[in-house]
Amino acid sequence: MSRDISDKTRTGVPKGEVWVWFTSLGLTLGLSMVLVLFGLILVRGLSYFWPVPIVQIELQEGSESAFLGMHRFAGAVAKTQQRTERVLVESPEADAAEADRTVRETIPDTFAEIQLFLGNRDYYGQSFRYFRDEDVVGRTRPEAIIRAERRAEGDGIFYARELVLEDGRVVKRAEDVDRFESELDRLVGEARHRRAEINRIDRRHIGRINLEMSDIEVELRYFRRQDRLTSEEESRVQELRERRDELQRRYERLETQSDALKRTNESIRLRYERADGSRDEMAIGDLYRFHYPNRLGVSGRIQTFMIRAWEFVSGYPRDANMDGGIFPAIFGTFLMTLIMSIAVTPFGVIAAVYLREYAKQGPVVRSVRIAVNNLAGVPSIVFGVFGLGFFVYLMGGTIDSIFYPRAQEAGVPTFGTGGILWAGLTLALLNLPVVIVATEEALAAVSRGVREGSLACGASKWQTIQRLVLPASLPGILTGMILAMARGAGEVAPLMLVGVVALAPNLPVDGTFPFIHLERKFMHLGFHIYDVGFQSPDSEAAIPTVFATTLVLIILIVIFNLSAILIRNHIRRKHQGSAF
Amino acid sequence: MNEASHQSFPEQPVARRPVSVESRNLGERANYAPDYIAFRNYSFYYGATQVLFDINLEIPERQVTALIGPSGCGKSTLLRNINRMNDLIDGIRHEGDLLIGRTSVYDPGIEVISLRKRIGMVFQKSNPFPKSIYENVIYGLRVAGRRRKSVLDDAVERSLKASALWDEVKDRLHESAFSLSGGQMQRLCIARAIANQPEIILMDEPCSALDPIATGKIEDLIHELKNDYTIVIVTHNMQQAARVSDRTAFFYLGKLVEYDHTDTIFMNPMEPQTEAYVSGRFG
Repeated sequence: MSRDISDKTRTGVPKGEVWVWFTSLGLTLGLSMVLVLFGLILVRGLSYFWPVPIVQIELQEGSESAFLGMHRFAGAVAKTQQRTERVLVESPEADAAEADRTVRETIPDTFAEIQLFLGNRDYYGQSFRYFRDEDVVGRTRPEAIIRAERRAEGDGIFYARELVLEDGRVVKRAEDVDRFESELDRLVGEARHRRAEINRIDRRHIGRINLEMSDIEVELRYFRRQDRLTSEEESRVQELRERRDELQRRYERLETQSDALKRTNESIRLRYERADGSRDEMAIGDLYRFHYPNRLGVSGRIQTFMIRAWEFVSGYPRDANMDGGIFPAIFGTFLMTLIMSIAVTPFGVIAAVYLREYAKQGPVVRSVRIAVNNLAGVPSIVFGVFGLGFFVYLMGGTIDSIFYPRAQEAGVPTFGTGGILWAGLTLALLNLPVVIVATEEALAAVSRGVREGSLACGASKWQTIQRLVLPASLPGILTGMILAMARGAGEVAPLMLVGVVALAPNLPVDGTFPFIHLERKFMHLGFHIYDVGFQSPDSEAAIPTVFATTLVLIILIVIFNLSAILIRNHIRRKHQGSAF
Repeated sequence: MNEASHQSFPEQPVARRPVSVESRNLGERANYAPDYIAFRNYSFYYGATQVLFDINLEIPERQVTALIGPSGCGKSTLLRNINRMNDLIDGIRHEGDLLIGRTSVYDPGIEVISLRKRIGMVFQKSNPFPKSIYENVIYGLRVAGRRRKSVLDDAVERSLKASALWDEVKDRLHESAFSLSGGQMQRLCIARAIANQPEIILMDEPCSALDPIATGKIEDLIHELKNDYTIVIVTHNMQQAARVSDRTAFFYLGKLVEYDHTDTIFMNPMEPQTEAYVSGRFG
């Protein structure tokens, strides 16, 4: 008998193993899909910042690829591919009897082609263009070619030829290359400083004056509508008018300053030549940064990569969000997620404590629990609509009518319009089920022995919950928070109704009193992706930006989660062994 | 077996207050000493299931009373009713009365929390809190709102000494309670029960999860504690009941079969069921 068993053990198909293979296959599939997706985002996101060499191509005379009558193009290779097109051909009928007839048919024609990023959108009308390999007769990598980040119309790819200085002198590249290039570097650097100064004046000083002026305007408008004014009010009106005039004078002074800087940036001009030989000129102030892609060594590339990546995450967007940085969106996402976590955690925990600890377990609690779980399945846009109705119109409107009645009468809502606070609260509502479920699980996992021990020591139920049950379930609560944050930070649809905008003039936190402006509209990475990817005039050129923004969003979420996980592990270590 | 174990513990002579334990029907006598725990015609139900049937039992002060009986006989339920731990369970019901001293634990004027402060409890599975040794001991004082450092320090030292744990842990009071061994944890739980300065300590199979050496230490401890506290202990271990207790009550199927001095129960029981159980023939 014992032989039978051992025989079976040796030769029989081990039953469990099949399932090991099956389950591991499932895991591998899921994992590899996630990895591929993440890898794609990582590679394409990072390559946005990597300076690629510029190829100048010469097209065959009269070839199909030529457009606008041009035959020379310079650009970065975006893609190389094989393409099959069906072409219509006419050939004489093979049948001799009907030799006078021709047969029309389509036959597949396969050819190789490259896609170039040409830049100079203002000139070509588009940024990308396909060229057939067979049409290309010459390829060079000119050393002198420049890739320039411009204020508008995307990047420019050109040769710099002449510099017209402020005093009208002209520095020509043809005369002295070294002097020209160092002069160009210097002027672009100076222009950048002037631009920073202009920004400082516009954004900070003039912005602050504008805010105060609009407050004054609202108040004045209120007084203007009153039939009769008391003497006190009269003097207030007088005071306001004086203040307004004072601000107006200050505004004009600042504007003169900033105008002078702008004029300087405008007056120095760069004359350049595109690959096809066409010439143009631009103000030095519109040239944000440039590099010589074909001259860069490895360290130069890395340096350019770093600079561009840094400017992307720290800069402000420009040119309809197509260019520049995404700092306001990063900041908005961060702050909104923070508000959401702060709002959702106490609510979720309180609800879960009641459900698990106090409520009499029965059909009512069971149905409440089912309802909460199903809440997670409600489309997020529905939460957006609810947030708009409840938070923005009802709560915001009420706050406005109590605290900002004059502004409201003047038709200027403060809290009664979408803002980062309402967006945070809407998402908190959206994620409430996640936190409640996770907390309930954590509470249920606290052993009965500990609870009884505490009660037997004379602790009340609340003392037991507060001193033992909640601390022990803190890691589980944090898990819920992690899930909520990951979901909340990536959510877009409901935000579009409650305060997200494509371009916010101010951050929700700045130097003007009271420093934190939770009523302000804000930018969000998820919405930025949507806006850049699907609402921009040149969606092809937006693809790399979309990937880079996605990468930043993912990194932000990962940072959020990692910090929460670190906190959780720290707590777990403190409560080591509580799970025996 | 009973004889051998019994000889090592000479009969406990007297309780401090005169307790009249002469006959076998202790429950029918009405001669209270104040800290008596007295069950009077006490029945108890979980929902529709009756688990205790008309119990009449008086537990004397500053002695060790063991409750024995096969599993499911209601001895743990009885024990947990003394500090009303069963209140946590839905659908419970009782008949008759349960007195501590002269007051019913079900008296509307009695607050469960203050009742539990007067009655320490040690559980079958040691249940230290996920806190330091120090905080574990003074948990009862903390929830009672005591803050004075000197009071808390004194309580820790006193309780740990009383539970014979002081020498082992005095240098690591602020380490996690989970760093202790199983036996030490159980003694810590006893220290925690003592820290409140209760009158009664209930022990629900305190040694069932411990090895013989740790069990021995706890039993020695029970002997010590008897001088100051009234102890009620539920045990499955016959020898343990014989070794540590002054009186023993034998339960069977929710009924109190016999209650007497421990030696009597073990050497000369009245009821044949008791004899069968203590001699190991059933249960």
